Amino acid sequence: MLKLKSAALALALAAAVGAHAADPIKVGVALDISGPFATIGAETRDGLNLAIEQLGGKLGGFDAEFLQTDFAGNPEQATQLVRRYLQAEKIDFFTGPVASNSALAVGPALFAAKVPFLSSNPGPSQFAGKQCNPYFFGVYQNDTYDEAAGRVANDKGYRNMVLIAPNYPAGKDHLGGFKRLYEGAVKEEIYTKVGQIDYAAEIARIRAAKPDAVYFFLPAAMGINFIKQYVAGGLKDIPLIGPGFSADQDTLAAVGEPAVGLFNTAHWAHDLDLPANKAFVEAFRNKYDGRYPTVYAAQAYDVVMAMDAAVREVEGRVDDREAVLAALRKADFDSVRGEFRYGANNYPVQNYYLRVVEKRADGTITNRLVGTVLEQHQDAYVGDCKM
Amino acid sequence: MDSIFVIEQLLNGLGYGLMLFLLAAGLSLVFGIMDTMNLAHGSLYMAGAYIAARAHEAGAGFATAVLAAVAATVVIAFLLEQAIVRRLYARDHLAQVIATFGVILIADDVVKAIWGPSPVMAAMPAALAGPVQLLPELPYPAYRLLLIGVGLLVALGLYLLVSHTRIGMLVRAGASNRGMAELMGVRVGRVFSFVFVLGAALAALAGALMGPISAVQIGMGEAILIPALVVIVIGGIGSVRGAFVAALLVGMVDTAGRAFLPPALRAVLPPALAAELGAALAGIAMYLLMAAVLILKPAGLFPARG
Repeated sequence: MLKLKSAALALALAAAVGAHAADPIKVGVALDISGPFATIGAETRDGLNLAIEQLGGKLGGFDAEFLQTDFAGNPEQATQLVRRYLQAEKIDFFTGPVASNSALAVGPALFAAKVPFLSSNPGPSQFAGKQCNPYFFGVYQNDTYDEAAGRVANDKGYRNMVLIAPNYPAGKDHLGGFKRLYEGAVKEEIYTKVGQIDYAAEIARIRAAKPDAVYFFLPAAMGINFIKQYVAGGLKDIPLIGPGFSADQDTLAAVGEPAVGLFNTAHWAHDLDLPANKAFVEAFRNKYDGRYPTVYAAQAYDVVMAMDAAVREVEGRVDDREAVLAALRKADFDSVRGEFRYGANNYPVQNYYLRVVEKRADGTITNRLVGTVLEQHQDAYVGDCKM
Repeated sequence: MDSIFVIEQLLNGLGYGLMLFLLAAGLSLVFGIMDTMNLAHGSLYMAGAYIAARAHEAGAGFATAVLAAVAATVVIAFLLEQAIVRRLYARDHLAQVIATFGVILIADDVVKAIWGPSPVMAAMPAALAGPVQLLPELPYPAYRLLLIGVGLLVALGLYLLVSHTRIGMLVRAGASNRGMAELMGVRVGRVFSFVFVLGAALAALAGALMGPISAVQIGMGEAILIPALVVIVIGGIGSVRGAFVAALLVGMVDTAGRAFLPPALRAVLPPALAAELGAALAGIAMYLLMAAVLILKPAGLFPARG
């Protein structure tokens, strides 16, 4: 009887040890499936799942588990979810939230627990500058799209511009980013209500100001409202420049025809001529009913590929966090964005492109790559980062 | 600042005000007559916008799509009234707010399940896509002129209905003194159902017409509910006339704040401060108007209850 007991105990122990050896690498993913960023969250999820499928559910050849949970875009809920991921699940990597406020909320807990946070979108200036941390990896800094747009305005010879953004801190930051590289004059800076629906008054002000071009930072529905009303108001002859967010596939599907001719800047384009990108776009369109991926899907896909490369580099020993960080910083994978390296603040030094919205012969409305605006561009906050 | 700019902004204020009126008229009637706070009014607006956009995209003419949206929303509203809202008439406002807020959450998820989380496209009818030359120097969006026309027609129609028909008389009786109306033999329950469905039809019309110049997406009804509530508070709860006057006031004040304040401030203040202050003041202009009205006339401009 005693023998049997010890045999059972030995067996149980062996099973426990065996299970430990095969313990999968755990990736905590906080998704915006509901809430204010649901559209973008769905793109993030689709990009992640395509990469996971292509890697056979493994990272660097080792078994991996991707915990995906909706947190409704609520920073408070994100904090609770991350606490659970850290305590109950003992995650090895974290990614997912769309917005900067959630990223800023969950960052400190992850950094304290030494869990690498690979951003799949937000690039707050705080984490690029004074609050930078070796455990945070950005995909772009929030202002860089605006900086690229400022350069586009210079290149096109615009001397007089009207700038428009919502009246909240991020709106001012983004217009500040535009003015950092723009060399012409700002005729008028218009700040609108957050969530504004009707832009007739602002459009009349733009008409009266007669600028060479207009730069707008109006995320999500505000941008959709603005573009539609701008074109209906007969201002189509005054060129409109925006950050890539306002001209991505999800927005184009809602704006339609009026978006045609819109210039926009981004660090990625679906027709970027790179083997890795071509393969990604083709696989994405095959998996998801032929629709073009957005920049959010591309970033999420890259995040999983970056984890894959890092785990391969450390041969699965993800507990050695110093080695994981060093491997992540090498970024030894074929990014769909092309070549990039991490700056001193773990934000990428990379190219930014100009795209223009076009209607194709088959009727689809989508972006076409025009050219490179900024080569190997670094954000403006890296100087404040003491790592 | 020339006269063309002023005329254009007056038109803009009129258009925005009439759009708010379509939404606020129904909300005001439901609140005034049934004493029922229906937050789900915004969801009916969303339903109108989605159904019109999808019907238009599927090949229906624009007018047909708008009418289909109104008809479908009327059916939805009828079912909603029978199933849920009817049970709330006798409850207090807190219960009504909580229950109809629940309806909003459900409606948002139903829309997401049917049409997905992304905003959908609401194309403008091709004939109205561009501007028309109103004056030699004033091109004005043809579609906005349509909105103004429809808004004025609906206002006229509502005026005739409420002031010159038998059902309108019953509606007014219910709004000014429900208990007395019941004692006089008015079947208030039926009047309630009629008013609720009428309000829904107006909300759907507003949503369907707003689609081509705004984002048709989940949550669009909540965003517009706030100015609509401001309108009914200013106008006096339950009064269609009050909703009309207040909607135009709010539309004008809001537009004027955004159009004239920033340039005016820039003339007297440093540019950075002017931009900041102008945007902030324009943002709160309609609330200042509401506060001023409430101080002078606490029951609103045209209170329905004596």
